[in-house]
Amino acid sequence: MDFEFFTMNPIALFFASIFTSNILMSNFLGMCSFISVSKDYKSSFGLGLAVTVVMTITAAVSWVVLYYVLVPLGLEYLSFIVFIIVIAAVVQILEMVIDRASPALYLSLGIFLPLITVNCAILGAILFMQIRQYGFIESVVFAAGSGLGWWLAIMLLAAIRGRVENNPVPAGLKGAGITMITIGFMAMGFIGFSGMIAVQ
Amino acid sequence: MSAKPGKILVDNLWFNNPVLIQVLGICSTLAVTNNVRNTLVMTVGVSLATAFSSWTLSLMKDLIPRKVRMIVQVLVISFYVIIIDILLRAYLPDASRQLGPYVGLIITNCIIMGRAEAFAAANKPLVSFWDGLTSGIGYMAVLVAIALVRELLGFGSVLGFRIMPDGFVPWTIMITAPSAFFLVAMVMWLARNLQARREAAAKAAKASPKPAAGPSPAKA
Repeated sequence: MDFEFFTMNPIALFFASIFTSNILMSNFLGMCSFISVSKDYKSSFGLGLAVTVVMTITAAVSWVVLYYVLVPLGLEYLSFIVFIIVIAAVVQILEMVIDRASPALYLSLGIFLPLITVNCAILGAILFMQIRQYGFIESVVFAAGSGLGWWLAIMLLAAIRGRVENNPVPAGLKGAGITMITIGFMAMGFIGFSGMIAVQ
Repeated sequence: MSAKPGKILVDNLWFNNPVLIQVLGICSTLAVTNNVRNTLVMTVGVSLATAFSSWTLSLMKDLIPRKVRMIVQVLVISFYVIIIDILLRAYLPDASRQLGPYVGLIITNCIIMGRAEAFAAANKPLVSFWDGLTSGIGYMAVLVAIALVRELLGFGSVLGFRIMPDGFVPWTIMITAPSAFFLVAMVMWLARNLQARREAAAKAAKASPKPAAGPSPAKA
């Protein structure tokens, strides 16, 4: 593993991680909260924002921890536990900082922060970063892009679900079923972009 | 609060199936269902991780202060997932490479946390182990069913053996992400309709509170 800082065009990577390989649509990460929270437009906005912020910060911190602590000490096999601790710690600190700095923001964002510790998208982005051996800049750009992509996807789904609710749906498909079909169509849309840039 | 092992089995496989009814754990594993072998490896991993972490957390439930409960749960789960990851790398290096980050993502699979929170926190260790294992098997049944369809139509094979005739044109969409969503929705629809019909029948009969023999749980 080398310490290259810069191997792929960061701008291309940024857009690729938002559109062509959207972390939700092509990698299925963060589905649980995606499905349960997208019922409500406002909460979706809050959760999307929280995911983007936490993902970017944790990716930066994890990269530093991974390449300056774990790799030199030969402790890569502990990386899962360390990443989880990093995520939990960042979420905790962020919660305290937001609480102090802006109580208004805390009210809208605070309830989502604990949910994020177990959001697969965050851990997923970090694991992709490790497996694809991104440099520091790339990792941050990739995480920010993935977070924005997640945010975009949940807003779109929340908007569509608001419409679907007013229409008749077969009883067995209500709730999760029709949501999965909606996500399927959205995923087809996102896959349409995939010929343009390839990330990986 | 002690349920019978048989009832737990039927509940977790069918009436309260983690994927179909509780809509949990779809996060990490849909991506691997375009291939039956990877799905099997992954779901066995999830089942074992759920079983052992439920067992451990049930043993520890009186020792953990409430405030740090969540982080302790995550740490116990990651401990077992690391073991699974190391075993996979040692014995099934191919599958491990193809699964990539999804092995690590077992940690954030909501089923494991869900069972730890909903069942292991209030039950004896052995029953919790059984509950975790059967939840994992319920998850496995659904995912393997989806993987069978996707691999058969997407590659024309099952477990790597070619099944479709030579003239068969693979359905490319079955390999890509959207098909997984559609198939999950179909299976969910089927299961919920069957359950609703059974409930209606039970209500009409009004004789027995529960279907006697239980439905045949595994559709896979």
